[in-house]
Amino acid sequence: MSWFADDMPRPVPHMDDAAFWEGCAERRLLFQHCAGCSTARHPPTPICPVCRSSATQWREAPAHAEVYTYTVIHYAAHAAVKDRLPYVAAVVSFAGLSGVRLVTNLTDCDPGRVRIGMPVRLWWDDIGDGQYLPRFAPLEREASS
Amino acid sequence: MTVVRGARSRCCIVGIGQSEYTRWGGIKDRSQFQVTAEAILSALDDAGLRPEDVDGLSSFSNDSNEANLMQVALGIPKLRLASMVWSGAGGGTCGSISLACSAIESGRADVVVAYRGLCQGQGKRFGRHGQGRVNGNFVDPFGLMAPPQMLAMIVQRFMHLYPITAEHLAEVALNARANANRNPFAVMHDRALTREDYFAARWIAEPLRLYDCCLETDGAAAVVITSAARARDARSRPVEILSAVQGSGPGWGSGALSGHNMPDADYASTNCRALAAELFGSAGLTPGDIDVAQIYDHFSGMVLMALEDLGFCGKGESGAFVASGALRWPDGELPINTSGGQLSEAYVHGMNLVVEGVRQMRGTSTSQVADAKTCLVTGGLGVAPSSAMILGRNG
Ligand SMILES: [Zn+2]
Repeated sequence: MSWFADDMPRPVPHMDDAAFWEGCAERRLLFQHCAGCSTARHPPTPICPVCRSSATQWREAPAHAEVYTYTVIHYAAHAAVKDRLPYVAAVVSFAGLSGVRLVTNLTDCDPGRVRIGMPVRLWWDDIGDGQYLPRFAPLEREASS
Repeated sequence: MTVVRGARSRCCIVGIGQSEYTRWGGIKDRSQFQVTAEAILSALDDAGLRPEDVDGLSSFSNDSNEANLMQVALGIPKLRLASMVWSGAGGGTCGSISLACSAIESGRADVVVAYRGLCQGQGKRFGRHGQGRVNGNFVDPFGLMAPPQMLAMIVQRFMHLYPITAEHLAEVALNARANANRNPFAVMHDRALTREDYFAARWIAEPLRLYDCCLETDGAAAVVITSAARARDARSRPVEILSAVQGSGPGWGSGALSGHNMPDADYASTNCRALAAELFGSAGLTPGDIDVAQIYDHFSGMVLMALEDLGFCGKGESGAFVASGALRWPDGELPINTSGGQLSEAYVHGMNLVVEGVRQMRGTSTSQVADAKTCLVTGGLGVAPSSAMILGRNG
């Protein structure tokens, strides 16, 4: 059972972002980096905006992140989210990975408790056919102890 | 530099036209294409021109009312400019007009119609999931599927960084409705909105409640642009385009509409700071010179950000600015969205704001700002590229 209903839109990889989704299929959160100057970028683009190299490396992100911003969504823009309402869509950032933010969901958390800066941990949601999606849950007591 | 640019002969808007505005699904008797063509004819009539005089068509946001089909429908004998500007959603409103000015100034066209037709009842509702979004892979599977949800992210961070509250968002919505209540063509003309109604309404995507979000409507709007020399013969009072610019800061890409990887310093912004410098510089004006403004109000919080990014108040000060009554017609420091805007008049991707800007400069708004000589209009905000312009009263 995936976190949203089975008819939720799935990623449809194309040539520029396929490596990201292949990483997810292996439950590895890989972000594109420039092989020349190491600048990280997301969503993937074919050329480094800093040094214009097209040589890329895919490096794994830390499993912990923090909430950069979020929204609690109260209506169904698509039938597949109906049973999850209200749910939290969040933008998370990673320590040591500047220039990269990821749109994801914050799960296992009362929407009223979400805060910007909140520490969160990665978990992998099995959406079937060998594809996994990165979603996050509160780091809970581990963070405050 | 500014003196030279400010001294050149400027283009004018000589005609405005619009369809009726209704809730989405309200226009059932004609196609979106017909409604758009009629809005163009109405704008030409207002200018005292005929389709035979038109040699340029300009739009934005992948308007589906294609120029080549419009040429046939209207019987335009010779088209010299058929252009669509790149834009994040409504970001191109004033960009389509900026392009028209460039074409006219360079001699590539003489009379250009900038238009937008958008009947959400005949296409898709913008509040719902839409197929084919650029970089949609990075938002759709996470349930971030529509603009109110996407822009709510930016507003949330804006309210986290600065002293902005729900009361301030409410003021933007209440101002729009009060103005719409004076505008008989506004979709919400007959519907009052109180502070209590605002707070009692359902959440859409926190921190945005129902009345923080623009309407989903059917309608079309068009404006006719020509040279200052030719504008002298117009039937209606010409309105000068003092400046019209389009652009984006670095790193926005699909921005809030998917990637959310804009630079940290620009994240909680409208992407209009760089654009504002060129906008005012090109017109030889400062924010203090602006008498009235039409600020793209897809979402209330974006209007607050725009007041800061355009320099009407300092960073983080927009809440206090609007709480002072600054937006309110007739006596506020900067009355805005005097037709009701997209929160309460109609959502024509900003083209209705352009039409209202022209009315203010002609002295014909239903919330007319006395002696207004300048009106700032923006295109869609928090997207890339965005656009804006300053209109001036002629004489
Ligand atoms: Zn590089």
